[in-house]
Amino acid sequence: MGLGNFLIRNPQSAIRNSLGGLIMSSSNATLQGTNSVRAPFDVERVRRDFPILAQKVHGKPLVYLDNAATTQKPSAVLDALMRFYMTDCSNIHRGVHLLSERATLAYEQAREKVQRFINAKSTGEIIFVRGATEGINLVAQSYGRSHVGAGDEVIISAMEHHSNIVPWQMLCEEKGATLRVIPINQSGALIFDGFEQLIGPRTRIIALTHVSNALGTVNPVERVVELAHRRNIPVLLDGAQAIQHLPVDVRKLGCDFYVFSGHKIYGPTGVGILYGKEKILDSMPPYQGGGDMISSVTFEKTIYNKLPYKFEAGTSNIAGGIGLGAALDYVSSIGIERIAAYEHELLAYATAAIERLPGVRVIGTAPDKASVLSFTIEGIHPHDIGTILDKEGVAIRTGHHCAQPVMDFFNVPATARASLAFYNTSAEIDVLIAGIRKVMEVFS
Amino acid sequence: MSDLRDLYQEVILDHHKKPRNFHKLEGANHRAEGFNPLCGDKISLFLKIENGVVSDVGFVGSGCAISTASASMMTESLKGKTEAQVTALFDRFHNLVTGKTPSDADPAGLGKLAVFAGVRNYPMRVKCATLCWHTLRAALEDRSETVATE
Repeated sequence: MGLGNFLIRNPQSAIRNSLGGLIMSSSNATLQGTNSVRAPFDVERVRRDFPILAQKVHGKPLVYLDNAATTQKPSAVLDALMRFYMTDCSNIHRGVHLLSERATLAYEQAREKVQRFINAKSTGEIIFVRGATEGINLVAQSYGRSHVGAGDEVIISAMEHHSNIVPWQMLCEEKGATLRVIPINQSGALIFDGFEQLIGPRTRIIALTHVSNALGTVNPVERVVELAHRRNIPVLLDGAQAIQHLPVDVRKLGCDFYVFSGHKIYGPTGVGILYGKEKILDSMPPYQGGGDMISSVTFEKTIYNKLPYKFEAGTSNIAGGIGLGAALDYVSSIGIERIAAYEHELLAYATAAIERLPGVRVIGTAPDKASVLSFTIEGIHPHDIGTILDKEGVAIRTGHHCAQPVMDFFNVPATARASLAFYNTSAEIDVLIAGIRKVMEVFS
Repeated sequence: MSDLRDLYQEVILDHHKKPRNFHKLEGANHRAEGFNPLCGDKISLFLKIENGVVSDVGFVGSGCAISTASASMMTESLKGKTEAQVTALFDRFHNLVTGKTPSDADPAGLGKLAVFAGVRNYPMRVKCATLCWHTLRAALEDRSETVATE
């Protein structure tokens, strides 16, 4: 039904072809053919789950294309937050009263949901943190400081977000270690040969983004992990831009650490996850000291709590964790494979449409991409593009996207970036394209 | 709803396309660098001040239409002014784009610069318009560190 609506609203043959492709590929057995995968993707129904989308900005319907910055929240998440504060609000773990019991249960159930969502072995491997950034800092400060010494090397890539550069730079500076950078090519893909050459006897850890926030590149992380593990080097994957767009199975990936933020997968801000293999987490010193991360404290000695609590000092973002659990339930109810397939088609549609515009350069053209469409227009600064599109109701991001080295590599001061979610439609892409034409008109 | 043309006025677009005094300045005796990390705008400003009066001015850099036009029109407005007059102009311009003075009256002799009154309706763009002016102040004070708007 939704598909029918979609076609009527979007009469272009390109859409028909693209959705035809989606239906065909969805019935393909290789796409983990469950019933939910075969069902057509009803985007209008999905949109009704996100109350914020039904509004006007500057008198125009909101077209929210800034999903790589943060995603909107479905009613299921908003309800979970409200329910917690209305009925269960209490501190967790040590209370004997009913509210504390309910809060503890809900929080720990959320941890189990995360565990299932990424297929971790146990809940001890799921650490609640503030976000992907804190997850990386935790690993750099705890694992990094106890394993990286003078003359050692840490490997990152040229497409990292600042949050996967700076914590390692700080560590290297403190320890007298060297930060080495895997190069990328003009399409924005990792140069794998360059990576192999970078690994040396002093490499202590590799930290790599799963999906680039500025370019949309999906990295061949399984190959990276395999190569690193042959030399016993642990790998951290930054999943901030991957978790909401691709199926993530940490055991299949084999990575030692995986981090992501709740707010980028339709959950609340201020909560995120660090996954770590139990064996490594067990061997690591605590990151912060405080309540909840201890078993017993005397002035002579403190015995640390078991995993995952050893790394969760102080009162956590309890409501946020519960909200994240609700977000993962919501995503699972639609199916991450279906989401990925739909977004893939939408990105292809958007890319084809934008490439037809004169003077537009797409930054990030790797063969394997997810959700992100970064571009520049000749003679027009991205900031001006952003302001004019905003007036058309279209929210995109402009700037360096916290990836200044990427901007330097492509020799641009900034880009305009449209980033998609599964609640976006091809009709919205058409509004974006019309908006870009308007930008060109203003500057003609 | 404020119209886009309030922001992107013809004169602003013209200065964006053809910035005036867009060059380094031989014999400059004051200079400063400005950077807006939000959008990557960069400006290098050169001033030649003789007997307390701005005798010549130039700038180079890259930025959005608002920041380029603002720098271009600023340089045009400076020549022949004393340092005290320049400082007063800074304050008037700042008050204009941040909405502290009414936009309809000619705000105390801003002249052509009054076209930037529309910026007040775009709070995220105020820094674009004021980057060159903050850089100007740094140049007058001979501050060597790069001026950042954040």
